[in-house]
Parts: sequence; C-alpha cells; structure tokens
Amino acid sequence: MAETILEVRNLKKYFKTARGMLHAVDDVSFSIEKGHTLGIVGESGCGKTTTGRCILRLVEPTSGEIYFEGKDILSLNRSEMKSIRKDMQIIFQDPFSSLDPRYTINQALSETLRVNRIRTGKKAIEDRVLELMETVGLAERLINTYPHELDGGRRQRIGIARALAMEPKFIVCDEPVSALDVSIQAQILNLLEDLQEKLGLSYIFITHDLAVVNHFADEIAVMYLGQIVEKAPTEELFDNPVHPYTRALLSAIPIPEVMENRPQTLLTGEISSPINPGNECRFAKRCRFACEGCRQHCPELVQIKPGHFVACSRTGEV
Amino acid sequence: MKKAETSPVLLTSKKYVKQSQIRIILHNLRKNTGAMIGLGIILSLIIVSCLSDIIFDYDTEIAGINIADKLIRPCREHIFGTDDLGRDIFKRVLYGAKYSLGVGFAATMIGMFIGVIFGSIAGYYCGLAEDIIMRCNDVLSAVPSILMGIVIVSALGASTFNLMLAIGITSVPQFVRITRAAVLSVRNQEYVEALKATGMSEARIIAFHIIPNCMSPIIVQITLRIASAIIAASSLSFLGLGVPVPAPEWGSMLNLGRQYVRTASYLTIFPGLAILITVLAFNLLGDGLRDALDPKLRK
Repeated sequence: MAETILEVRNLKKYFKTARGMLHAVDDVSFSIEKGHTLGIVGESGCGKTTTGRCILRLVEPTSGEIYFEGKDILSLNRSEMKSIRKDMQIIFQDPFSSLDPRYTINQALSETLRVNRIRTGKKAIEDRVLELMETVGLAERLINTYPHELDGGRRQRIGIARALAMEPKFIVCDEPVSALDVSIQAQILNLLEDLQEKLGLSYIFITHDLAVVNHFADEIAVMYLGQIVEKAPTEELFDNPVHPYTRALLSAIPIPEVMENRPQTLLTGEISSPINPGNECRFAKRCRFACEGCRQHCPELVQIKPGHFVACSRTGEV
Repeated sequence: MKKAETSPVLLTSKKYVKQSQIRIILHNLRKNTGAMIGLGIILSLIIVSCLSDIIFDYDTEIAGINIADKLIRPCREHIFGTDDLGRDIFKRVLYGAKYSLGVGFAATMIGMFIGVIFGSIAGYYCGLAEDIIMRCNDVLSAVPSILMGIVIVSALGASTFNLMLAIGITSVPQFVRITRAAVLSVRNQEYVEALKATGMSEARIIAFHIIPNCMSPIIVQITLRIASAIIAASSLSFLGLGVPVPAPEWGSMLNLGRQYVRTASYLTIFPGLAILITVLAFNLLGDGLRDALDPKLRK
C-alpha cells in the first residue's frame, strides 16, 4: 500500500452572495497516494478549481480538514504554511494571465528561487534557472524573453518551471492544457507525465476534458455542483460508469471515426442553483431517472465496488 | 558541466539581452509630434533650471534693484523689458523656471508617494481599510484644492517647502483613486495568486509585482499633475502665499506686474506665457504618454 500524500476530509467552501450562500464546494473528501494522479472532472462552476485552491489555501475553506503528509494544513499559521507551500504547487489554466508581464523568464524564476532561499548566490540561482528551463524544454536562448514574446505552450512551460522551482512533491494542475492548442496540449501532458516519473510527483489534475484524464489519471472524481458524485479508478470509471451524470459525460466524448453511431445521453433540464441548495439530489433536475426520493434527500457517496464510490440513491435500479 | 561553462557568457552576452521597456515607450512616443514638442520644452526648461544659478548672479541680476532702468519696454538689451524695480524680466522668467518646475515635481512626488501607498492598500485589501481610506479621500477631494493650499500655507507659513507640501497634499486624492483602480484590476490576475502560492509575502507582491504593473496610469497622472501643480504654485504665489517675494516665481511676477497691466503689459505677458507654455508642454507629454503606454492603442 502506497503512502498517502494528501487527504481531504469534508472540505466545504461557501461564498457569500447577495442572494444567499453559494455552495462552491460542499463536503468533498478524497485522498491521493504518493506518485499518483487524481483527476477531478466536471463542468464549469462545479467547484473543481475552488477545491484546488482550497488545498493550497489560496482560498480559505469554510470548514473541513486537509492533511498533507499527515499534517493538518488548515491549522498551520503563516510561517508554517510558508514552509509547506514549498511542497505544494499549482499550475494555472491561463498561461497568459498567470505570468507577470514585466518579468522575463530569468527574473521570474530567479525571484522565486531567491525569495524562498531555495538557492543562494548568483551563480547557483543562474545554474538552477537554466536547469529548470531545460527540464521543462525551454531553449536557453529564451532566458531573457518576456511572456508576451512567447506562445501559449512556452508560457505554460514557464508556469510549470515556476512550480518546479519550489521542488514540490505535489502539484495541483488547474486545467493546465485547456487554454492551449491540441498539438501543444499533448506536449504539455507528456511533459507533466515525464516529470511525474522523474521526480515522483503527485498530481491533482483538474479538467473538464475526460479524454485528458483518461490518459493521465490513476483515479477520477466526477464533481457536480460542489459535490463528488462518482469516484473510481480510471479504467473502472470508463468501463463501468454508474452515476447518470458520469454516463452523460462519457457519452459526450467525441469518437474520431466516421459514421460511428452510438447512443448519446443528452442532458436536458436546468442546472440547479448552487446558492442555498435544498436537501435533494443536485442532479435530479437533469436526471432521466430522478424519482420522488431523489428530490427529498441528498444521496451520500457509497462504495459499490472496491474503490468505486457513487452518490446516487437509485444505484442498482437503473 | 556543460551548463556551468555556458551560463556566465549567456547572461552577459549581448545576444540574449532583454528588450528595454523604456525603449519601446520612447519608440511609441516618437511618433507623437505634440508629445515630442512637450518633451523638448520640458527638457530645455530642466536644463535652464539646472544652469540658472551658474548663468545668473541672483543678488545683482535677479533680485538686485536698479531704479535707473525701471520699466524699460522690450528692446534689444532687455528683450522682455524691465520691471518697476529695474530688473530684467527675461532673466527673471528664465530663473523662475527653477521654482515652478521644482515645486511642480516635488509636490507631485509627495502626492504620488502618499497616494500610491494608500491607493494600493485600498485596492489590495478590500473591506474596512478600503472604506476608511476611500471615504477620507472623498472628504479630502471635496475641498477645493486652492482653498486647501491656502489653509495649509497659512497654517504653516509661506515658504517654498510649505508650498510643495500644500500642493502635494491636494494632489493625493487623485493618486489614491487612480492607484486603487489600477491595483483592483491587477490584483485578480492569476499571476498574483501564483506568486502567493510560491510563498511570497504580500508586501513583496504589492511592491514588486502589483505596483509596477500599475505604473502606466500613474506615470500619465504624474505628468498631468505636474502641470496643475505648477498652476497651483503660481496661483498661491500670486496670492503671496507661495515662494517669498524677491524670488522671481512666475505667479508672484504676475502679481507684481498687475498694477502696471495697462501701462506696461509686458510685465505680466511674459511670465504668463511662461506658465502657459510649461503647462501646455506637460499636458502634451502626458497625453502622448497615455497613448504610448496603452497597449491597446499601440501601432
């Protein structure tokens, strides 16, 4: 049994809005083993990104516990948090806004190294910057270029290099490829995979693209309106999806074959509001199988097979 | 091993030099004739103010009284004429550039310094701090700036430093507002979050990442504020609340010439023109900079 690097228990994040409490993340629990990847998928606004940010405490969670290597990071103060931040990093979705436009690659990376005292001394910092650039596949000649002179893929590589500069054990990848061209997506994904192998990193891979996680993740959690509705090892989830929402998502993956016809599950109905949700299955309004019972209580995540969890009250019936 | 050998060469060699931001801005500015004229005027005024103490002897040529030569019309010897105490107006106008520019720059710097600090605090930390700063700011900007200047100068006494302080304080609200607006837009960029994730302190993020990215509107505001600071300084000097009298501040020269407006208008025309041209130059430069610094208007 591999060591658990991160464990999240009952994580909740509510935002105050004019119309009430917005339940962005509502009672989410999962854990990740060292060197493994957890994919979090779901549509826009389902709380995947907020979950990622809560783990790094870029957003303060409303309640819940987050254990990183056995330490409850929500109870840490500023300076303790600073030392643990070295081990946890994040790669952002938009490489165009996640880099300071006034810093060259060299300035950005060496600042990170210097401020956190990962390397000291001009020479050591410079060597490390070049080493990082090589690790992420950036040519040496780009060292003094500004982000606006580079394309999206290269910028994303800088973002990755910046995360790696901290020498982390765990990285939250927040849709790292969704802003990129498909050909560059593959390059970045391969890079992330190589890095995982080489440096023994663990990832949380947040995306709305199931094809991407299929290739990448060991385990997948499907989120819908702030809750995990299904969680299973990747193969199991793809072979045997149980939750109606997961099935709909999987059937939406395009198949690159002409004349290939297959039944598609189209979702109809309106998305329930994440503001002050009632005690009901949040997917009920869009679910073909919804019955009275679904509207009366919110289903819990139940294990149906080893490692396969589903939150649906009609599991087995449909 | 290979890297250790190449890297020192790499960073010092000219091959990979980074593009200078200033050069890009200057390049954009060069296309704007008005701004270049403004820049030229400002640069020559700066040179004149730096050299004025070397060229002119303050005690005899600028402030020295020579009744025999009083109220000479513009002629070859005194191209702007002389005033009622026989002092050469041309020399006094040139010498006065020092006061106007000095007060304008210094007052604006005071205003900018205070304004940027409070503005970035208000923009970065929303909530109570922002409310307090912005409401105080509203109160401050509700008082007419000349009135404010008069109050501060009469409370502290008329001197060049107090004049700078008074005008500086009256330009604080503008800077607070502009900085806050700029910080608000930069603060939510993902790179700020990325820097937080790398464990950088908030003070460092504000000082080295947020404020530099807010500089364009602040720079434009500086040039435009210098223009209005020069007007304010001249107005206060005109009222006798600015630079003390024998000094040839343009505003106080206007005041001295006031009683001769009908008979010897050159006493007021030339200092007035000096104010006009200087302010115009700063406004031209400010407008040009606004365009040069705005990435949307480039090309």
